[in-house]
Amino acid sequence: MHGTDTKTTWHAIVQSTLKANDVKLVVYVPDKVFTPLIKTLHADPDFTTFAAAREEEAVGILCGAWMGGRRGAVLMQTSGFGTIPNVLASLAVPYQIPLIMFVSERGTLGEFNLGQAMVAKTMRPVLDSLGVETHTMTRLDETEFIVDRGIKQAVATQAPVCFILSPLLTGGKVFEG
Amino acid sequence: MAPAHAASFDNAKVMNRFTLTQRLVAKLKREEAVVGGIGNTNFDLWSAGQRPQNFYMLGSMGLAIPIALGVAIAQPQRHIVALEGDGSLLMQLGCLTTIAALGPKNLTMVIMDNGLYQITGSQPTPAAGLADFVAIARGAGIAKSAWAADEEDFDRLIDTALAEGGPTFIAARIDDKPGVGATDRDPPQIRDRFMRGLGAKKAG
Repeated sequence: MHGTDTKTTWHAIVQSTLKANDVKLVVYVPDKVFTPLIKTLHADPDFTTFAAAREEEAVGILCGAWMGGRRGAVLMQTSGFGTIPNVLASLAVPYQIPLIMFVSERGTLGEFNLGQAMVAKTMRPVLDSLGVETHTMTRLDETEFIVDRGIKQAVATQAPVCFILSPLLTGGKVFEG
Repeated sequence: MAPAHAASFDNAKVMNRFTLTQRLVAKLKREEAVVGGIGNTNFDLWSAGQRPQNFYMLGSMGLAIPIALGVAIAQPQRHIVALEGDGSLLMQLGCLTTIAALGPKNLTMVIMDNGLYQITGSQPTPAAGLADFVAIARGAGIAKSAWAADEEDFDRLIDTALAEGGPTFIAARIDDKPGVGATDRDPPQIRDRFMRGLGAKKAG
């Protein structure tokens, strides 16, 4: 499912689908599961990729970039999502900005940290209450379709979209003792 | 780096936010963008004369500088000014390190420091009387950081930032006078006007 062939990995598909949709600015707060995607994006000169100090800061940067005419995406983990409801509710949603979010899902399917498990339970209710289009991604063969169509809908409807990458897709992070 | 005669917090004149905002706006001759932070910074920006290149932030306290950074990345040929309050900056100090790391030449930050959460009842901030925002910015890695000694020095710092590029961090001590007027609170219209003012969305 999460092999190393660059043509069949989830991160290679996300990279190529972002590029195909002209989403070439990626701001992230690091996450273990996203490491291969972050490395891939840093290595690709078509992308501008950098870390922000906090998730809501990354959202602010991307909202500014969109208004300046440049598309971007933010990468964060579940606990990072827990820090951004205010910026979603006061900036991205009311100003009608197609913020593209990728969240690596912690807190389920083998979580070992209770703090992650608890914050994970707040994520979908927050997205639902804000009316944010949300896709939980579990299958490699659906990854391109979901990311491609999700980005196109966000841009066309001027509304944020959140892609939640399940451990079923990425392998997740497991307890190492 | 700051010149030898640079002002410090202690000898900087206490000025007025609306006066400084008017002086700033008067200098913008090349369709520079301005991002006004939550509350009085954007109320005074609004009252200083509405421009299509102004963005008025109505929530998301602390994000005026990150929003301005995003615009600066998207439009490297245009200069962007972020107007932010001291309390707002305290909520997002980490953004200064991001800016230092990226080094956008077309970004200027102006901090209006009265040591107060003025709009919520003028409670003192935790930084009031203790923290030096210029020292914080310099410590974060933004070499071009300075206190404005007085109005003329503020003008000079803005001129230098626009002419030579930055990133530049300018802090001004201000009084406790309330903002002048209030921004029309219509987020989609604010965003749409701003995008058209930046040429990111075509007329029509």
